[in-house]
Amino acid sequence: MTDLPASAARSTWNASDWHEALVVEAYAETPTARTIRMRLPEAAALPALVAGQHIDVRLTAPDGYTAVRSYSLASAATGGILEITVEELTDGEVSPYLVRGLDVGDRLEIRGPIGGWFVWLDEEPAPVQLIAGGSGVVPLMAMIRAHEAGTNPSPFRLLYSVRSPEMAYYRAELEELARVSPRFDLDWVYTRRAPSGWPHAPGRLDLTRLAASVQPLGSTALTYVCGATPFVEFVADALVRSGRDPARIRTERYGGAEGG
Amino acid sequence: MGLFSPGFMGRRREPVPGLPPGQHLVTDFPVLSIGPTPRVTPEEWRFSITSESGLMTTWTWDEFQALPQEDVTVDIHCVTSWSKFGTGWRGVSLDTLLDGVDTQAGFAMARSYGGYTTNVPLDELRGGKAWVAHQFDGSPLAPEHGGPARLLVPALYFWKSAKWLRSIELSTRNDPGFWEQNGYHMHGDPWREERYW
Ligand SMILES: Cc1cc2nc3c(=O)[nH]c(=O)nc-3n(C[C@H](O)[C@H](O)[C@H](O)COP(=O)(O)OP(=O)(O)OC[C@H]3O[C@@H](n4cnc5c(N)ncnc54)[C@H](O)[C@@H]3O)c2cc1C
Repeated sequence: MTDLPASAARSTWNASDWHEALVVEAYAETPTARTIRMRLPEAAALPALVAGQHIDVRLTAPDGYTAVRSYSLASAATGGILEITVEELTDGEVSPYLVRGLDVGDRLEIRGPIGGWFVWLDEEPAPVQLIAGGSGVVPLMAMIRAHEAGTNPSPFRLLYSVRSPEMAYYRAELEELARVSPRFDLDWVYTRRAPSGWPHAPGRLDLTRLAASVQPLGSTALTYVCGATPFVEFVADALVRSGRDPARIRTERYGGAEGG
Repeated sequence: MGLFSPGFMGRRREPVPGLPPGQHLVTDFPVLSIGPTPRVTPEEWRFSITSESGLMTTWTWDEFQALPQEDVTVDIHCVTSWSKFGTGWRGVSLDTLLDGVDTQAGFAMARSYGGYTTNVPLDELRGGKAWVAHQFDGSPLAPEHGGPARLLVPALYFWKSAKWLRSIELSTRNDPGFWEQNGYHMHGDPWREERYW
């Protein structure tokens, strides 16, 4: 594959096909989540990634049984490496294996990249409001990283809801960015336990906190909301009821909704 | 068959009859939407079908409810790899809705409150294969699942079953809808794994 010109190689990549990826790095992101970095042998053929896209991951048991789940890419930059962060759901089938079973040197099968809607493009002129619950920060992190790597001057603001301080993904990187970048602001919501001295009592994101932590009403901001389904439902609904244009709100729901 | 995942056993040992390739069964009902959930009351609700010649038939909520209703139990398959068996719906068959519509069109574009669109071959909407559904498991369809009414085309991946259905436009051209412009398949048959292009 390496002796093909890049353009010819690229045309052979099909988002529907499964590709082998080698796990080159894996580390605890939080007590319940793990960041996994994998290398694609066919990296030269991978189409350009767009921040916000996801891949499908397939696991295969010895008897041939397979399980497939979707995971957002945490970065749109590749260099042949794909990065995901997986939250362990204790009763889950796939996430406990990815968080605790998988080892560096193992291989996974992946398909994608997928998605042309819940994405941020560098030419986007509007300010951006990002709202994440838990692992929903992953595709938003890809957007933040792409924004910081480029020169797009629009401001980004992230509102990140986590259960407790140690449950936050990418905390050091986010806080450092908020300190040094004139284009990035960061707001936290702690739902179960806040750091000592935190000005707000822990609790679910409510309308007041939401209104105080997002780009002002009337702004042309493009809003991305991602997380478990009930979180996304609440936030998107509250934004619309407070007068924001539904057409400017994009959502990605990770699951976890009950019943009809 | 690809490589193995050392130490991965998986939850299910036996192949499940009725489960398309690459799918897994869930018991809850996941939600996938591109934006906020539109809120449409039955009073505001209108549904129309427009033929390729531009002739439009419109139903109010009461008119729609007065049409012959069918109760169906079907399996549904989402492209994000979950399937749900034996879901119960109540609604009006597309055969009923298309009955008075004079058309030679091969394709339909479903349009939703909120702006979502999806294209479906007209063949897939006829012959007892598609409904406009307004009840799920005996209760009015919840807004996050597409209420007041959604398209139900169980033979195709579930993104084709447009939520918050507002209209169906018939056409001789197969134009791509929302996900179809964003990397997803024009047809979407789960048994042939027509997921992405
Ligand atoms: C586009 C997309 C991108 C995603 N990106 C990520 C990501 O970056 N990181 C990540 O950790 N996950 C992500 N997910 C969720 C992921 O695909 C799996 O659903 C998740 O890892 C659970 O899989 P599992 O096999 O462990 O659990 P399963 O065996 O599938 O489910 C176990 C139980 O958990 C419930 N459940 C499923 N998902 C959730 C959830 N999100 N919250 C609460 N309960 C849930 C199920 O209803 C079920 O009861 C994404 C999902 C989608 C659709």
